[in-house]
Amino acid sequence: MRGLRAWGLWLGAFIVGFTLLIAVFAPLVATQDPFAQDLSKRLVPPSWMEGGRPEHFLGTDGLGRDYFARLVYGARISMLIGIATVVTSGLIGIAFGVVGGFFGGRIDDVILFLITARLSIPLILVALAVVALVGSSLTVVVATLGLLLWDRFAVVARVATMQVRTLDYVAAAWSAGCSQPYIVMREILPNILSPLAVVATLEMALAILLEAALSFLGLGVPPPLPSWGLMIAEAKDYMFFNPWVIMVPGISLFVLVFGINLLGDGLRDLLRTGRVA
Amino acid sequence: MSAPLIEVRDVGRVFNVRSGLLGQPKRVLAVDGVSLRLMPGEVLGVVGESGCGKSTLAKIILGLLEPSSGEVLIDGRRLSGMDRRERAQLIQPVFQDPFSSLNPRRRVRDIVSLPLVAQGSAGWTEIRSRVDGMLERVGLDPSMGERLPAQLSGGQRQRVAIARALVTRPRIVVCDEPTSALDVSVQAQILNLLAELRREFGLSYLFISHNLAVVEHVASEVAVMYLGRIVERNDSESLFRDPRHPYTKALLASVLTPEPGLGIPETGLGETMPDPANVPPGCRFHPRCPRAIERCAVEAPATQIGARGLVECHLTVPA
Amino acid sequence: MSALLEVEGLDISFGALSAVRGASIEVRRGETHCLVGESGCGKSVTALAVMGLLPKNGLRQARRLAFDGKDILGLDEKGLSRLRGDRMAMIFQEPMTSLNPAYTVGSQMAEVLVRHRGASKRAALDRAAELLARVRITSPGMRLGQYPHQLSGGLRQRVMIAMALMCDPELLIADEPTTALDVTVQAQILRLLADLQKDLGLAILLITHDLGVVARTAHRVSVMYAGEVVESSPVDRLFNRPMHPYTRGLLSCVPVPGKVRRDQPLGSIPGMVPHVTQGFEGCAFRLRCSLARADCAGPIERRSPEAGRDYLCQIAPEEMRIS
Repeated sequence: MRGLRAWGLWLGAFIVGFTLLIAVFAPLVATQDPFAQDLSKRLVPPSWMEGGRPEHFLGTDGLGRDYFARLVYGARISMLIGIATVVTSGLIGIAFGVVGGFFGGRIDDVILFLITARLSIPLILVALAVVALVGSSLTVVVATLGLLLWDRFAVVARVATMQVRTLDYVAAAWSAGCSQPYIVMREILPNILSPLAVVATLEMALAILLEAALSFLGLGVPPPLPSWGLMIAEAKDYMFFNPWVIMVPGISLFVLVFGINLLGDGLRDLLRTGRVA
Repeated sequence: MSAPLIEVRDVGRVFNVRSGLLGQPKRVLAVDGVSLRLMPGEVLGVVGESGCGKSTLAKIILGLLEPSSGEVLIDGRRLSGMDRRERAQLIQPVFQDPFSSLNPRRRVRDIVSLPLVAQGSAGWTEIRSRVDGMLERVGLDPSMGERLPAQLSGGQRQRVAIARALVTRPRIVVCDEPTSALDVSVQAQILNLLAELRREFGLSYLFISHNLAVVEHVASEVAVMYLGRIVERNDSESLFRDPRHPYTKALLASVLTPEPGLGIPETGLGETMPDPANVPPGCRFHPRCPRAIERCAVEAPATQIGARGLVECHLTVPA
Repeated sequence: MSALLEVEGLDISFGALSAVRGASIEVRRGETHCLVGESGCGKSVTALAVMGLLPKNGLRQARRLAFDGKDILGLDEKGLSRLRGDRMAMIFQEPMTSLNPAYTVGSQMAEVLVRHRGASKRAALDRAAELLARVRITSPGMRLGQYPHQLSGGLRQRVMIAMALMCDPELLIADEPTTALDVTVQAQILRLLADLQKDLGLAILLITHDLGVVARTAHRVSVMYAGEVVESSPVDRLFNRPMHPYTRGLLSCVPVPGKVRRDQPLGSIPGMVPHVTQGFEGCAFRLRCSLARADCAGPIERRSPEAGRDYLCQIAPEEMRIS
């Protein structure tokens, strides 16, 4: 049983790590320019299929742009969105959760109210409104998602803080004369990171999927940026005759999110069986 | 006469507990009008069973909880509002559970140095040498400083907790069931260590425990708590030799001594359990008291202070 | 008369860790046998092994494991589950985790009888009420309808005992039944067990670390250390003339109320319990023993200073210094 779980963790870590690597080293991996259009070479199939060309490994899209390059640079966007969103929402959510869990009372009531308020906000409609007001761009997507996806962080951080706060070592730190900020940063925070790491991986998967959905709807990253969601949107016109155009980004998205979820599950199991506190 | 190190004046603490989602909030009187004193060099044992309020009292004296009424003076100064570093220099805790009283993510060295770091006065090298010295003094090799709590046994962790409590040389140590979670052989080691350290550093202890044999061994003065009040207090020898309050008598009678052939004692206490959310009127012990009379159900007994001891009962006088 | 429970040469291991080595215990009808030791000595695991309740990775072997003269070592899970709750019952330390919080006291108790004896629900509930009264719970009818969280610790423990008695077991295994209870409640529960033993002729295997409990309730005692039974004796002789150095060390650690010397340190045993893995040889106590000799590293003899007593040590009874 343990072997079964372990492969999930490793596979997930491999997928995420691999994606991160090619995202970082995109210019080295992709030989072609993802933005270079060549209308004479539209919808070339991948190189192993009939009609494919060796210089376009995954073929080209509807505007003649090398698909492999677009995929690789698209990975950049996905990872960027994923990480930036998680960092932003994580900071906000953990801060709210820890403050509410640590102080309790009225402050906690306010935090709970904020969380409830946030949960009542429909994400897509907010994105729509924001885009209508400000226009769509990478920054807008990151900001919107980052400022909205903090609720799970807050809930988990709050509960974990409440549990840790009652433990004797926190009482001992207080008795030792430590200040409240010190206790929060050095005694509580390190001990609530485990469940938060799991939340981070899940939120990352969610952010990537949401960005893809928003871009698909035209509310996210604007063209010509190679967001996978945008690539899926652009590909839907050619879906039946040139299926690879939609399959390449579709499968990639699926594999990446699957890998992130495997990583999150594996982390959760590892932390549950490995540690006691 | 020297001044008391700890003076607790008529301290009370109320908790409002909500029972269930829609239930009425219940007022739990965890501590109700407790007064006591710890004199320098003394070991004051506080005994009682679950629900008596001794742990709540310990937290109040440590400054972890604010009393709802009354006040606490440490070394003559008011505890509430005391600067945290000043308080830390006076009074330190040793808790019951060696597994949860040490931060699992910190090395032993960092754990023990915490009070010194909080005081902020000593430099890094001085802290290091004081920590090493303290680890040795509690019977641990200084190289243990590099380990994480998970790598130590229960007894070793409790030694670390003691080292942490004493590293700044406080005057008072509040021991809240310090050996209850340990094996018998380890318990003896720790109790002996606590006794040695007390003599060496001139400490005074507030020793909370439900184990009467241990308290008899360790304490010079003993206070017996029941449902939030001190019902009897006396010097250790007198209390154990000649208990006055019916609860103290029952408590002492229930202790199973390791002496074969004496059978199991009859406590004579009846079936009702003490519930701090429902304190009986009159004398709070009367529903379980084998000697209760009509007056006990109606009128709470006054605190009678005798030559050495104190007792709250209609039917007896203090020693 | 043969004993009700016979355990001979019990070995329990979890992977490379040897939890119990060569333990032999006998429990007779109407008798309380206390299994005493500190944490990690293997006492709880021994009880679980007898009931066939070891976790999956626990390996159990024995020369003999018999209940009422019949072998139970080779019994399969089906046979064991028929014995458990019926002729052999077990109660645990923490009644809150052994009682299902989602069901009423009555339904949990009744289930035992319904499952083992095929009784009707009505008959089972009547018996449950009868047993609740037997364990001195007031208003038993009302209690049947209550949930475990509505009862205090002492009451829950009584309910556990009553539940264990539903099918009139012959053997009751109690694993630290009073450790989590207050001192005054502990005395009441132990008194209850002693009375039940007298009335029903119950055999009780009581596991504890508390020497006071042992002294006041046991007829026979087996002291365990690092997986072995190091001494086995009737209770009075164990306390009055302990043989094994560990037993003596243990007894000196416990403060006796009324005989306390505040100015003197408590007796203690230096060091810690060793980790015992496969292939461990010699006496596990030798590193902490003041009487250790060179031959303590080799195979240890089980000696019998008098009838009905034995202890595991190289030092013969005559050589034992009476300190």
